[in-house]
Parts: sequence; structure tokens; C-alpha cells
Amino acid sequence: MIIDGFIAIYLFTLAAFTGYEVISRVPVILHTPLMSGSNFIHGLVLIGAMIALGYATTTTEIIIGFVAVLLATGNAVGGYVVTVRMLEMFKSKDSTNKGDNNA
Amino acid sequence: MRNIIIQIVYYASVILFILGLKRMSSPKTATSGVEWAGIGMLLAVIVTFLFPNMHNFALILSAIAIGTVVAWIAAKKVSMTAMPEMIAMYNGMGGGAAAAIAAVELFKLSSDTSATMPITTFVLAITGALIGGISFSGSILAFFKLRDWLKNVYFPMQQIINLSVLAAAILLGFTLYFWHSNFILVLFFIASLSYGVLMTMSIGGADMPVVISIYNAFTGLAVACEGFVLNNIAMIIAGTIVGSAGTLLTLLMAKAMNRSLLSVLFARFGGGTGAAVEGTTKSMEVEDAAVMLNYVNKVVFVPGYGMAVAQAQQKVWELASLLLEKGIDVKFAIHPVAGRMPGHMNVLLAEAGVPYDYILDMEDINNDFPNTDIVIVIGANDVVNPAARTDKTSPIYGMPILNVDQAKQIFVIKRGKGKGYAGIENLLFFDPKCLMVYGDAKQVMSKMIQTLKEQE
Repeated sequence: MIIDGFIAIYLFTLAAFTGYEVISRVPVILHTPLMSGSNFIHGLVLIGAMIALGYATTTTEIIIGFVAVLLATGNAVGGYVVTVRMLEMFKSKDSTNKGDNNA
Repeated sequence: MRNIIIQIVYYASVILFILGLKRMSSPKTATSGVEWAGIGMLLAVIVTFLFPNMHNFALILSAIAIGTVVAWIAAKKVSMTAMPEMIAMYNGMGGGAAAAIAAVELFKLSSDTSATMPITTFVLAITGALIGGISFSGSILAFFKLRDWLKNVYFPMQQIINLSVLAAAILLGFTLYFWHSNFILVLFFIASLSYGVLMTMSIGGADMPVVISIYNAFTGLAVACEGFVLNNIAMIIAGTIVGSAGTLLTLLMAKAMNRSLLSVLFARFGGGTGAAVEGTTKSMEVEDAAVMLNYVNKVVFVPGYGMAVAQAQQKVWELASLLLEKGIDVKFAIHPVAGRMPGHMNVLLAEAGVPYDYILDMEDINNDFPNTDIVIVIGANDVVNPAARTDKTSPIYGMPILNVDQAKQIFVIKRGKGKGYAGIENLLFFDPKCLMVYGDAKQVMSKMIQTLKEQE
């Protein structure tokens, strides 16, 4: 599938509006988890990194591609775990349980 | 056939991302939101292995395995207080990955003098590489700064030098289109990464949350750019959504601090120090402060970064619960930029188990302060400084603040006599109604709880 010209511009614009609309309804209380959640979502860069490494041929390309996959995995996995940990604290509304973290 | 399966799964992933983000916008559905997005991510990654004629599967799998283990352990171990710098770090990794993808594609171009690339693809690859590179090095520097491993650095002609480096990066990028050379490509990346470092170096103090948010948006855009280069619609949409959402979040934050984005980026914070303050501060012992809490009707807690550093949130809630048992009205007032990220304090209070109903935003509580008997400021400083309303020479002049100076009595719990993150004197401390309680927030809270319990 080739994305070109105006299709690309439409795609970009509509996605931009979607992001704007989704965020503008978020209460302040969720801003940090949300920043973390959107940080996780751009971890999708991992599929691009996999493609880059998958089609790399020269040694230099392979090394850079490997680094790309490594970094992208860090973004996706780290972003996910951190977001889940943060959101878990919002789960039980009325409980007075102590968090598990005293580090 | 393979292609159709890939596209269908990518489509499903994108839908899961959008629905997931939407679910994250309400506390009740938030956890399921990130799980939906997680499923989307997992599906997209698995189906990517189906791309025809791919090589290096062993390398891909081992990179994913190493990255997963390291990031998983780091993310599990990090304390909630260190969350802002952890987000900065993971965000930087995403930016680095986008820049690396661009590097692979551009390297194919630069190492072959006869290779060609359509101009739009080239421009997007270079743009993604530039933004991703800035986000990568900038986020790492932000991580160091939030850890207090690095201080702000200022040098003469800073802005001019910074902009020259940025201009050089852009110029080198365009040169590459006409002159395929690995040397130029390497210089381009050095200039991009240097600009990220230089840009973050001069941004300091209270502006750090805005910077992390900017880099989050940057990485999103870089991912979208590389999505165009790789003809990958899922990457374009996911990246653009984060780019626009991140930009909005950045603007909201800058607005909350009454700072324009340009002044955050290009003017150093704390250029002036505001008018000198005359007068003295009054301090008192923890026990005396605790005793006073027995005779009031309404108490408002104002947490700040100091509470996070001292890990005092659970003790704060313990004290608040004790006051609630005595029939005292207790609220928590949260400034939009308290801590080092919007919502930072909400996360910490939620961790300690404080129910939402007790946590109020600035707009909702500012009118309540005149009816409040005692405000307890725990490690917050600049967000309660009345100089923001009165002192035109102060660098924080115009920033909306919590009007705690209107309360009948103010306790300020502070580790030492130092200034806030913005480095300016706090007029509040010189208010006759204000009593300073020096000490570590957690220990002060423990002592207050102990004193109150002993009296029963």
C-alpha cells in the first residue's frame, strides 16, 4: 500500500484531530499516567525497527537496526509496565490500602 | 495474502490504541485502557514477523528479549517518586529508535552515490531523524537533571550557539540529498544529538515537566515521519496521535504555569530573582504544630515535590485520616504543576490510598482558603509564592498559584531554608500567619501523628 500526497495529508490531519480530542477530555488527575500511556503508544516504533533490521543487509545497517529494536523494545515494554503500575493505584477507590512501594 | 493479514491486524491495533487512549481518560476504565493498547501492540509486533523476505530473525528476537528483560526489571523497580525521569528515559529510547530507523534508511542512500529517494520521503526521513535524535539526547539529559546529577549550564551567546547547531543539522540534512556521503550523514546525526543536549541544558527549574512533555510529542512525530518512510500506516497514526496529544498536553502545562512555549525553550528560567524580601520567618516545633491541629474545623494539605522526595505520602494520609476521625474537614489542594509533572501529586496520593473526593484542583479550592483554619504546605514552594501575584520583577510573576496566604494559619514543612526549584525567595514564609516547621516531611508527619495519638 502506497501512501502519497493528499492521502498522507488527510491521514496526518485526521490522526492529529483524534489525538487532540481524546486528550482534551482527560482530567488533570490522570495527566501523568496519560503522558506515560501515550509514551507507551509511540513504542509502536518497534514494528518499524523490526522492519528496518529485517531488511538490513550491510553490517552497519544491521548494527544500527539492532540498536533500533533494542531501544524501541525499551520504550514499549518500559512504557507499558510504568503505565500499568501507575494506573493500578487508581483502581481501588475507597480502600486505604498501602502502596507496595517504599523504595 | 500475507500483506492483507498484516494490514488487517495493523488496522485492529490502531483501533485498540485509540480506544485504549480514550479509556485511559477516565479513572474507572484507565487500567483496561492500557491493557487494550497493550494487546494492540502485541498483535502488531507478532504480525510484523510475517513481512515477506525479512532476515535477521535471530537478531530481532534477541534484541526484543534483551530490551524486554532490562526495561521490565527497571520499570518494576523504579519508585513512584522517580516516575517523571523514568518516563523521560523510555520516551528518549523511542526517539532514539525512530532516529535509528531513519539512519538505516538514510545509510542506504548515503553509501551509494547512484541511489535515489523521492524528495518527500527524504524530507520526512531527515525530519524524523532530527526530531527523534533531539528527543533521544534531550530526554537522557532531562533524566540526568531530574536525578539531580546535572545542574543547569549557562554560557555566553548560548541561544545563538544552540540555534547555529540546529541550523547546521538542518543544512547537513539537506546537503545529504545532493551529496551522498556517510561522512555528512554522521555529521548530521552528531549535530542533531548535540542540539538535543544543548537545548535541554539551558532549560531548568520549574520548566522540566514541560520539556518532558515536549519530547513525548517529538518522539510521536518522529515515529509518524518514519512511518511515512516505511509506508507503515499504523506507525503514522500512532505517532501522529501521540504527537498531537503531547503537544496539547504541553500547551496545557505551559498555560498552567503562565509561560509561553517559546519562553520555556529560549529564555532561561529565573533570569531575575525578584525583589529582596525584608522581614523574618517564624518557626516552631513539630509537637506544638500538632497540638494546634486539635482546635480547628478545616485543614488543607498542599503537597509538593518535597513530599515526593521524603516519600511522605502515606504518612500524610495517615495524619489526614486521624484528623478526619476527629471530625475535621480535610482536603488536598493540587497545583497543576506541583511536583515535576502534571498529576505527579495525584499519583503519589493515590498510591497512599487517598480517595479522589478529598483531592481538589487549584480552581476548585482557591476560593476555600479564606475559610480554611490551617493550611499545611508539605514540600511545595513556588506554587504557593504570593510573589506571583504581587512582585512584577519576580520570574514567576503571573503564574496562577494556590492562594494559601488567605488562610487563617499556614504551616510550612520544609527540609531546610533553601529556595524552591525556581530559585527565588518565597514571600509566604515571611507572612506573620506563616509558621515554619523544619524537618524531613516524613519524620514531621510521623511526629505529628504520634503527638496527636498520645493526647487521646
